[in-house]
Order: sequence, then C-alpha cells, then structure tokens
Amino acid sequence: MADTPDATAAQGGPAGEAPLRGRIAKILNTSAVDGPGNRAVIFLQGCSFDCAYCHNPETRPAITAKPGLRPDGKEAWPRWMTSGQVLSSVGRYRAFLRGITVTGGECGEQPEFLQELLRDARAAGLPGLVDTNGSLDYEAWPGIVAAAEGFMLDLKAWDTDEHRALTGAGNASVLKNLDFLAASGALYELRTVIAPGLFDAEATVRNASEALARAGSKARYKLIRFRPQGVRAAWRSLPPPDDALMERLSALAADSGAAEVVVV
Amino acid sequence: MNPILATIEDRALTYQQKLAGLARLAENSLSVLTVTPEAQAYRDAGVICDLFEGEAPYRPRYIVPDYERFIKQGSAFLGVAPPTDIWEATAALLILYRHVPSITTFPVYLGDLDALLEPFVRDEAEARKAIGLFLLQIDRTINDSFCHADIGPRETQAGRLILELSREQKNAVPNLTLKYDPELTPEPFAELAAATALEVAKPSFASHRIFGADFRAMGFDDYAIVSCYNGLPKGGGSATLVRLNLARLAPYAKDAEDLLARVLPEAARLQLGYMDERVRFLVRESGFFESSFLVKEGLVRADRVTGMFGLVGLAELVNAHAGGKRFGHDDEAEALGLRIIESLSELVRDHSCPYLTMNEGRYLMHAQVGIDSDSGISPGCRIPIGDEPELPEHILRSAPYHAFFPSGIGDVFAFEPTAKANPRQLLDIAKGALASGLRYFSAYAADADVVRITGYLVKRSEIERMNRGEASLQDTTALGRNAVNNLGVLERRIRS
Ligand code: SF4
Repeated sequence: MADTPDATAAQGGPAGEAPLRGRIAKILNTSAVDGPGNRAVIFLQGCSFDCAYCHNPETRPAITAKPGLRPDGKEAWPRWMTSGQVLSSVGRYRAFLRGITVTGGECGEQPEFLQELLRDARAAGLPGLVDTNGSLDYEAWPGIVAAAEGFMLDLKAWDTDEHRALTGAGNASVLKNLDFLAASGALYELRTVIAPGLFDAEATVRNASEALARAGSKARYKLIRFRPQGVRAAWRSLPPPDDALMERLSALAADSGAAEVVVV
Repeated sequence: MNPILATIEDRALTYQQKLAGLARLAENSLSVLTVTPEAQAYRDAGVICDLFEGEAPYRPRYIVPDYERFIKQGSAFLGVAPPTDIWEATAALLILYRHVPSITTFPVYLGDLDALLEPFVRDEAEARKAIGLFLLQIDRTINDSFCHADIGPRETQAGRLILELSREQKNAVPNLTLKYDPELTPEPFAELAAATALEVAKPSFASHRIFGADFRAMGFDDYAIVSCYNGLPKGGGSATLVRLNLARLAPYAKDAEDLLARVLPEAARLQLGYMDERVRFLVRESGFFESSFLVKEGLVRADRVTGMFGLVGLAELVNAHAGGKRFGHDDEAEALGLRIIESLSELVRDHSCPYLTMNEGRYLMHAQVGIDSDSGISPGCRIPIGDEPELPEHILRSAPYHAFFPSGIGDVFAFEPTAKANPRQLLDIAKGALASGLRYFSAYAADADVVRITGYLVKRSEIERMNRGEASLQDTTALGRNAVNNLGVLERRIRS
C-alpha cells in the first residue's frame, strides 16, 4: 500500500459550504494492472457486496466516524478526503500518469464524490477509469458517465441466485449496467473471476459475451483466475482453476462474440 | 601461482579471454606513468581507481568511430568500398568492428544502427534477414556486453526491425539505447521499445533533449551512447575513465563542511592530475593518434576526444555525513548529495587537461556503475539496492543528479513480470522519468533471462553455466556473476 504525503489544506471548498469528502481506503501512486498505461489507483472505502473471494476485505466496511491517528502521528487509512486532496496527493507523480482508476471497495457507493473526483481529475488532465461491481445504476448518473474515461465492470455471475449466493446481493443492476455501458461505448473492460464451484462459469461467460456482441461492444473480456492469496481464511482452500478450464472459457467467450478475451 | 601461468591454465576462460588477460599482464609489467606519491596513496586505498585501464594506455578507453563517414567513404586501409546495399553495409560494419579497439578489446559503440542501415532497407524481408544475421554475428563475435548500439529518436523501418529482432533473438549483445524525444519519437515506436525492454532488458531510454543540449553546448551536433550509458561525441571518444570512490573517501572527512572545504578538492585535484598523466602518455607517447587508420581516415579525431571523471558511492558518502538522514529518502540528505556533486562538478570544470582540446580540455563527469568487486558501494549517485523508495519517488529523488553527468548516469528498475501485459505503463514511467530530468532510464522484467547488471547486460543462463565451472562466450558473464554476489543486483526492488 502506498503511503502518500498527508494532504494539507484539509478544509478545501468555498467558505461556509461543507466540502464534499470521500471515504478513501488507500491510494496507489502507480499501477500496471488497473487499466491502460501507468495509473494512480484510488480505492474508495465501503462495499455492499460480500464476495466470497474478495481480495480487499478490509475495504468493505463503510466508515462513518473520523478515523484516528497512527502511533507515528500520521493520519491512518481510511481517510476522509476531498477530491482536491486526492489529486494533490498524486500530483507529485503527475508526470508518470496516464490517468487514474477509481476502485474500491465499491466506488459506486459514493456517487457524488465519484462524480466530483472524475470531473476534477479530467480537468487536471487525468482521465479516470471507473472500476465497479455494477451495483450503482449508472444510467441514472449521466454526470459520472460523461466525466469517466471508461468503465471496468465486474460480472460476478450471470444467474441472479448464484450471484446472491456468491456476493449476498442480486445482480439486476449489474446486468442493466452491462447492457447500458456496452451499448453506450463506455465499457472498457468486463471481468469475471473464475472460481470453480461457486457459480456456473460457462453460462456466465457465454451469456456475457453474447450481451457484449449484441450491444456491438469492443470492450475486452478479462477472465481472472481465482487466487487464494489475500482472501478471507474460510475461502483460502478453494482451488484455483486449471489452465484447461481457463482456455475452454476463453474460447467460449470468443465464440460467443466477445471482441477480445484476456486470461490472467 | 604466477599470474601468467594461471591465466594460461584457467579452465573457465576462452582463448580470446586468455589472450586479453595476457596482454593486460604484459602492459602492467611496465611503469611508464609518473604518479605522485599522494595520488598513489589514494590509488592504493581504492579512493582513486582507473578501472583496470592498464599501466601504459595505448588506445583511448572508449572509441566512438564516425560510422556515418565510414559508410560514405569506405576505408582505404581496410580495402572496403562504400556499401551499396544492405548486405554490403552490414558486412562493411562487421569488418570495421573487428578493428575498433577499446578497453575491452571489443568496440564499445557500434553506431546509430537505424540511421546507418535505413538507406539500404529496400525490401523488408531481405532487410530482416540481413539485420538478423548482423545482430547474431555481433552477439557471437563481440563477446562483451559493454558494446552499445543506438537507435532513434525517429522511427525507421531499420529501427523497428532491430527492436523486433532483439526481442526474438534474446541476446545480451549489443546493449541498446533508444534516443527518445517526445516530439520526434512516435508513440507506437516507443511502445515497441518498452515491450522489447520487458522481454530482453533493452533498449534503455536516453533523453535526446538533455544529451543533445549538453553536446550542442560543447559544439557538437550529435552524440553517441556507448558502453554502459556513456554520452560521448561521435568521431572521438574518451581517452580515460578514472573514478573517485566517494564511499572510500568518507572516513577522510571530519564532517560535511570538512568534506566540502578540504577533502573533496584535494581528492579531485589528485584524480585530475592522475587522469592528465594517463592522457599525456596516450597522446604524447603511445603513438595511437599518429598510427591508427581510424585517425588517418578521419573516423576518429583527436579534437573530439575527452576524458571521463567518474565517481561512485555518493549514497554511502552522504549517509556517512548527513547526521543520520538517509540518501534517497530525506531532503537534508539530498541537499548534501547535491552540494557534493555541484562542488565536484565545479572542480572538474575549472580544470583543463593540457593534452586535450575538446571542450577546452575539460573532462566530462560520469556516474560510474561500479565494478564487480565493489561491495557495499552504490554505483554513481544511485540509491542503494534494498533501500529504494517507491518507483516514482525513486525517480524524482534521482533526477536532480542527472544534469551534472553529460558522459553518463542512469538508473535501473526491475519490473514485475505482469508489466509485460501493459508495456504502455513502462513507457509512461520512462517518459515521466525523462520529463522529470532523468537523462537515462533502464528497465527489465524480473523474470527475464537477459538482465541488466549495473549498466551492461548478462544472461542469467550464462551465469548458471559459469557457476557450473564452464567457460562463457561473453567475458561480461564473469563480471555479472560477481556483481550478483557482491552488489546484490538481482535483489532490486520489484516494481508493479
Ligand atoms: S465487489 Fe469487490 S470489494 Fe466488494 S466484496 Fe466483492 S470483491 Fe470485495
């Protein structure tokens, strides 16, 4: 995790008006794996899903109280920050960045802040990708869609019951977002974590690829091997998928109409 | 054992390596240089070190032939006519390489290969075959990775072929630099270079703007990157490279003020005097400039030859005198580091070598990459391995030093293998680094066979072969193996 300098000017915003603040889990100043090129990654705190294989379980709970200080006197993460503070924190490394990626937790849990951050970042010359679980209805947030460079959408499972079993939440909004973002051209990448036994991966991959094709989307479909490192203890014994399965799913996605398939 | 006999009987040396070793022993049996007792004391203490240049310099350490001129005029001495097609051009260059001396016995500069070969690229398939064979022959016959070729800043078909073939062949030789200029180098070409670097640890990125401006200020319209990352004028070279080991100098000073006021000026004076003596012998006694066909045919000119004032171990010197502040992390340490380099740079600028005319006899500063026997001494102005900050912070902390070293300074970064899926990320970092004032940026993927040791490249598989007691074709393999053990170069922080 990156340790960024403590932001100063903590009380940004016009006098008298409470500045909008986001709950920030952490900030990475550089990343090769969160979209094209080198990007700073802003992790927003809080997620309403409860995925079995979540790799960032510490970013799930929403924080409400003002977080405390660490023993060394620095403010601990997560923090409340304005979008200006987030951008000034990555500003020192501006020369290296192609853009930012806003993720979580779930960034759609804080839509006003997400919108403001994307707008301010764009104004500063840093286009922002939104990495989301699709729980927020983006059609209802045209400001976010307009400000974003694109979306990376997680599709955990196609079947609603499977989705509920896997995440504790239904997927009507996710599927709606898939159609909407794919059709509008805002979808940069669709992703599914392949965890054998937790859901019907073949049905999910096939249906999702067909949906991409129907919408005429050129988004790439990334199939991600489940990896036990970092997940909660109860799920660590879950076996990662073998190469044969990943290859089969990759071929299935291509056959079903995905424009580009990547396996990681 | 007698060192001559030991060299002859060494099972882990090739014939060529023995020959070079025997020549070195012969040269070092002479004592023709006049070295003052104070300078000799510093040499004995390892403070001043000529990096095995030998006791009787008979060729410039680094020779940078004017290959453009050679391609235009051929060579009367070699009996080579100006080439008319890609086969003649590659053959002519290979012939000349055989006759370009240097400290390593092999050429340290092969030319700006894209610009040299582009006029002969007519049919892509034929050019691919010719350049492929050319690169293969270079790797197999120039058995030393202090051998450097340059490409860029503009995209050419030849440049693209060189990158593609380097990626396919996965050879350690030649070392390769892309001269990068954000206005002249197209994005897709730079991206191909980044993707290639993640496979084979080359090319490195040189700031064409910074090098170009520095050499223009000395009156040259062009420059070459040779050996590790040394910037030198084309058609000339460097008579010598002597380095000041700042880590070893640290105990000579009581504190930072004493260092700056007394110790540094004295050490610089002794090193400059020692360099002058080496240059004197080369220029006045050795006969190189009177006899070499390279000079007679105008491929090397005495007025384009300089000398390189090298240094290593800034980090250790700063850490010794910065009152507990850490080099690469604390602003106070950085301020001391900059004061040291500024004052050395002034001392070097105020000195003029009476035997050189280039740049009015002033030597060029060089952040030396170290030698394989260095232990606990960081190359040039680098942040010690194991103490490296986060990637962009590391670059920003290193950048201020780069301005002082026209004849070379560079930082090397190891990347997570996953970076290969996103070469644009490496390109973004390289571009940001150069825009932030870095003169030279190198990267490799942590799982690659070809890795950058300090400035030069070595194949891990060759190091393993040598660890089994077998000879390795490249003489740099042995250096790489020792550097892996002594400098921990493969323990660089891995960047994701
Ligand atoms: S949506 Fe993401 S952050 Fe939320 S629980 Fe699932 S994996 Fe974790």
